[in-house]
Amino acid sequence: MKDEFFANAPRVRDAAERIKDFKEVCLGFDAESARAEATRCLGCKNAPCVAGCPVGVKIPAFISLIKSGDIQGAKRTILMDNSLPAVCGRVCPQETQCESACVRGKASRPVSIGLLERLAADNADARPAPAPSNGKRAAVIGSGPAGLSFAGELAANGVEVTVFEAFHKFGGVLVYGIPEFRLPKSLVAKETEALSRLGVRFVKDAVIGKSIMPAQLVKEYDAVFIGTGAGLPMFMGIPGENLNGVFSANEYLTRVNLMRAYDTNADTPVFRAKKAVIVGAGNVAMDSARTALRMGADVTVVYRRGREEMPARREEIKHAEEEGVRFELLTNPVAVNGENGFVKSVTVISMRLGEPDASGRRSPVPVEGSEREIECDMLIMALGTSPNPLLVSAFEGLATGRKGVITVDENGMTNVENVYAGGDAVTGSSTVISAMGQGKRAARAFLKKIKLVP
Amino acid sequence: MKTFEIVRKRALSPNTISYELYAPLVAAACQSGQFVILRVDEDGERVPFTVADYDRAAGTVTVIVQTVGATTYKLSKMEQGGVLADVVGPLGKPTDLGDAQNVILVGGGIGSAVIYPQAAALKNAGRRVSVILGAKTKELVINEEGFAARSDRLIITTDDGSYGRKGFVTDALKELLDEGGYDAVFAVGPLPMMRAVCRLTGGYGVKTIVSMNSVMVDGTGMCGCCRVTVGGKIKYACVDGPEFDGSLVDFDEAIARSLVYRQAEQEHYCRLTGGKR
Repeated sequence: MKDEFFANAPRVRDAAERIKDFKEVCLGFDAESARAEATRCLGCKNAPCVAGCPVGVKIPAFISLIKSGDIQGAKRTILMDNSLPAVCGRVCPQETQCESACVRGKASRPVSIGLLERLAADNADARPAPAPSNGKRAAVIGSGPAGLSFAGELAANGVEVTVFEAFHKFGGVLVYGIPEFRLPKSLVAKETEALSRLGVRFVKDAVIGKSIMPAQLVKEYDAVFIGTGAGLPMFMGIPGENLNGVFSANEYLTRVNLMRAYDTNADTPVFRAKKAVIVGAGNVAMDSARTALRMGADVTVVYRRGREEMPARREEIKHAEEEGVRFELLTNPVAVNGENGFVKSVTVISMRLGEPDASGRRSPVPVEGSEREIECDMLIMALGTSPNPLLVSAFEGLATGRKGVITVDENGMTNVENVYAGGDAVTGSSTVISAMGQGKRAARAFLKKIKLVP
Repeated sequence: MKTFEIVRKRALSPNTISYELYAPLVAAACQSGQFVILRVDEDGERVPFTVADYDRAAGTVTVIVQTVGATTYKLSKMEQGGVLADVVGPLGKPTDLGDAQNVILVGGGIGSAVIYPQAAALKNAGRRVSVILGAKTKELVINEEGFAARSDRLIITTDDGSYGRKGFVTDALKELLDEGGYDAVFAVGPLPMMRAVCRLTGGYGVKTIVSMNSVMVDGTGMCGCCRVTVGGKIKYACVDGPEFDGSLVDFDEAIARSLVYRQAEQEHYCRLTGGKR
């Protein structure tokens, strides 16, 4: 299917076909469209796109290599700054980062940098070369994008890195959160295997703060990086929220993604709804909506603001709409109604946009007397998350700020000597690539400190 | 020894099995009242079990499991020397009975396994320990000898009267409470049993701690699946519990929530066992 959003179109599976399975929706560029798209890059000297990338990938350089047919070289160039190109090429919000800065975008549409990155990542096997050990050791808490990026940067410079993960699989949000149809788990496994080959040691089933105390890691390692993410789900605090059929997006997605509940061989049960309502309009809400759809539900997204304010990537919203997800905008739940302990409907109220709030977005105000009921047997709360206090509460003396995020300086260092942090544990909630940028920043700061890099 | 190996498997009653697992990280850190989450194999779900015993020197933890559904059935088919996919922990907070000097421990069914380490710990600390064990029938009574050695008083009740006294744990509990002098009750068992215990002890004003066996996924506070209303506030059994002040727990809601996957589980169990239960 051709996609009108792109002139050199990536291959995208037809909506009617793709909603029947969990296989990848976008199949990326073929070699020919990639080359054609690469020729659109003007190779700007000041490269505004690079400034728009949280890890500073040398974008014009790798695109120029694709143009000349050197895919291996293109991947090597990307790997110098980004340890997870196959992931970033798929899940980065390029439209607000590199592509938003593309000069081409002023007259027509920006170069599809993300799709080109993905093509290089998928079609070349270039890997960073292992470095001889320099005797320094680092521990990483959490194997999500921030931790993997920190680990990759240090391992490539000869630091012996051990990554501790609470779950039984590595990748953090990449494996429990983002669905298979957007980011195949085999790709994440390939990335962690590549890090293993670089010498990174991975330890599963290790909950730092419970199985091992953080103080022990601080004692035993030259550096500790905290990349524990923002795993705590938020609920609305409305009546009926504890009825069966009301789930956090975290729970629903974890059951389906990490525990593979869509696979009939898997033991993990999942709630199979007829009519699902998703609350929220971020990427996690779109992931929940499209997952519920694939699990056989009729899906409606309710969001208290308008279309312009929806925080999800443009492509996710578009894909969700194509697949048949309905949107009830300027609508907010006020109560969940049940029968025999299970959800039977949600009462919502219409909203209108008032004055801009502290975040600059116009804040929604309820319209009195506009309550109505939406029938549903499942309600998924995708309202955002906050940092999990489990590690922090076991880490004596670690400074935290608002909502329990870890406080760091401009190098990603916490108030505890040699302890760094990054990703959602520091920002509260952001993107895969910003987490990776912070992992990389902390790694560079540590390398500088031990005088491995100038 | 392989990590997550079943070091010792022992049947305690016809459908209750004790598994001693090699999990050195858990064994080094765990305290009574905490739990582990295990996965039997690569298709396995994550299921929480309270640690019934641990041996730091040997690096092992023991869980006592009643074979009731798909996962516990799969587990029961594993032999000694077999290796589980995952054992993670210790999770949750340790039991906190404060400085109670005269304690009644109530174990219903498989809950008896959970109160056992408490009996041992309290006895070692020189407290007075009374234990009430409840089971459906004689052959389901767990570890009577162990409890006899670690309590000042042991009462066994069976629903059918085939052993000990005929009746429920609450009948025996009422008698003890009427005697007076107790300053804490620790009750672990099926939700309706814990609800009945709390209703009873509420009338006597005796502090009562219960252990919630909620459905869980990660066990670290990130999914919210195990949420339980305690004193009007939402708590997560995995990180805020699993033990709570029983007088504040909304048991009716907890019972309703425990049924969320019942139908899916039964279908899956039937597929595994060929329809025989």
